Amino acid sequence: MSESISPDETVDSRGAACPGPLMDLIGKIQDAEPGTVIELQTSDSGSKGDVPEWVDEAGHELLDTVERDDYWSIYVEKTD
Amino acid sequence: MTERIVIVGGGTGGTVLANRLSERLEPELDSGEVEVVLINDGEKQYYKPAYLYVPFDKKDVSDATKPITDLLPRDVQFRVDRVESVDTDRKQVTLASGGGLAYDQLVLATGANLAPDNVPGLAEGGHHFYGPDGAEALKEELAEFREGHLVLSVIGVPHMCPAAPVEFTLMADDWLRKRGLREDVEITYTYPIQRPHGLQSIADWVTPIFEERDVNVKTFFNVESVDPDAQRLETMEGKELDYDLLVGIPPHEGSDLIKEAGLGDSGWVDVDQHTMEAEHAEDVYAIGDAADVPTSKAGSVAHYEAGTVADRIATRIRGGVPTATFDGKTVCFIETGMDEATFVSFEYGSEPTMREPSKPIHWAKLGYNESYWLTARGLI
Ligand SMILES: Cc1cc2nc3c(=O)[nH]c(=O)nc-3n(C[C@H](O)[C@H](O)[C@H](O)COP(=O)(O)OP(=O)(O)OC[C@H]3O[C@@H](n4cnc5c(N)ncnc54)[C@H](O)[C@@H]3O)c2cc1C
Repeated sequence: MSESISPDETVDSRGAACPGPLMDLIGKIQDAEPGTVIELQTSDSGSKGDVPEWVDEAGHELLDTVERDDYWSIYVEKTD
Repeated sequence: MTERIVIVGGGTGGTVLANRLSERLEPELDSGEVEVVLINDGEKQYYKPAYLYVPFDKKDVSDATKPITDLLPRDVQFRVDRVESVDTDRKQVTLASGGGLAYDQLVLATGANLAPDNVPGLAEGGHHFYGPDGAEALKEELAEFREGHLVLSVIGVPHMCPAAPVEFTLMADDWLRKRGLREDVEITYTYPIQRPHGLQSIADWVTPIFEERDVNVKTFFNVESVDPDAQRLETMEGKELDYDLLVGIPPHEGSDLIKEAGLGDSGWVDVDQHTMEAEHAEDVYAIGDAADVPTSKAGSVAHYEAGTVADRIATRIRGGVPTATFDGKTVCFIETGMDEATFVSFEYGSEPTMREPSKPIHWAKLGYNESYWLTARGLI
């Protein structure tokens, strides 16, 4: 399924420690239009849990989490 | 040919670096083989950690500043000017006073800027202690504040000194208790992620302390706007919170200079976290708050990074292969009230060990504040 997601924006937070990736995503979502699909790339395993938790709290949609060679891609769609 | 090292920014990082370079390269500076030019957009340096004490009337803003020339060795040239742009291909910077200045090695130490205007209503509705005017205005507000809801909201991350909002909250609690006002003041602390601090160990340590001291904590709290008339915060998560006195840690921004030079899209310089060398240009380094590394925006970090960069530049100038690296060492004191403190020390990838707060550590922090200017001069 993930192969078919083509994000409108990509946030490369690889190498950043927690909570960097989550804050990078929050910053990006703040500026994005509703409907925008954002791919967050993170090598921090903690973000795999924190990011979906925030996405849920803020009411956006978690589309998928994909494990790559040495990082994860977390796909999120901004809702209204 | 003289090899010119240009340092942009005369804050903690820039002055420590200038002093270290003068030490390391004394013979080359004496003979004129090397020159070090430090450019700052004002004559003075501000010691920001002192601002934490201003709202509680324990320090004056004037205690926190010194002319930069007092902090520099004689063999460093100091220019009051603003660097408007950096051309890393032609290896030169453009100055506000006109003209360009070529460099062989460039170090950006331009710090972080406060950007309260990024949050609608924040500048009108909130106070902060992150700059001299803000700290003074908050002092006046606190002196009059006798009852109601005090909200400390961490609005921007990353921000300078990740410990300062926790410190302010614990100091305010203690200060109000000592003045017999605490029962009439509700205190709430808010943080953007799911715990009250970015570092897990500090979050674990402070959670029971906030609970004991009756400080409400709200997490996953990302302020989107402030309504100054209704005195209300609204968040990206759809929450609302009413306040009587808002202390908001404003969002921080890097520099447009950095973005425009292609050194980092977010305004912080993309660097190798161990060598502090810019990833997108040759012979460019960044230290202090301007550098994008996974640790705190703190003076101690700027200080250690400056040591690494001084060693690397000096070795390179002498034709050697630089080996000095920065391992992420960060040291922060944390005030836990008006007369007790603790401190943390950690490196990249490691978590700090928390120590019991004590009076001697508080005195050590006050002592360090007094002796800071020796640090800036590279003496300690
Ligand atoms: C309230 C508060 C409390 C703090 N407490 C602590 C603490 O307890 N411990 C700790 O370690 N840290 C603390 N800090 C953080 C610390 O002050 C900063 O991390 C430190 O000052 C960073 O140093 P720097 O050299 O990177 O930047 P700065 O000290 O900010 O210096 C940057 C300099 O560059 C100049 N500049 C910027 N752009 C240009 C340009 N284009 N041309 C010329 N000049 C330019 C600026 O005017 C400034 O003089 C605190 C900060 C605050 C706000």
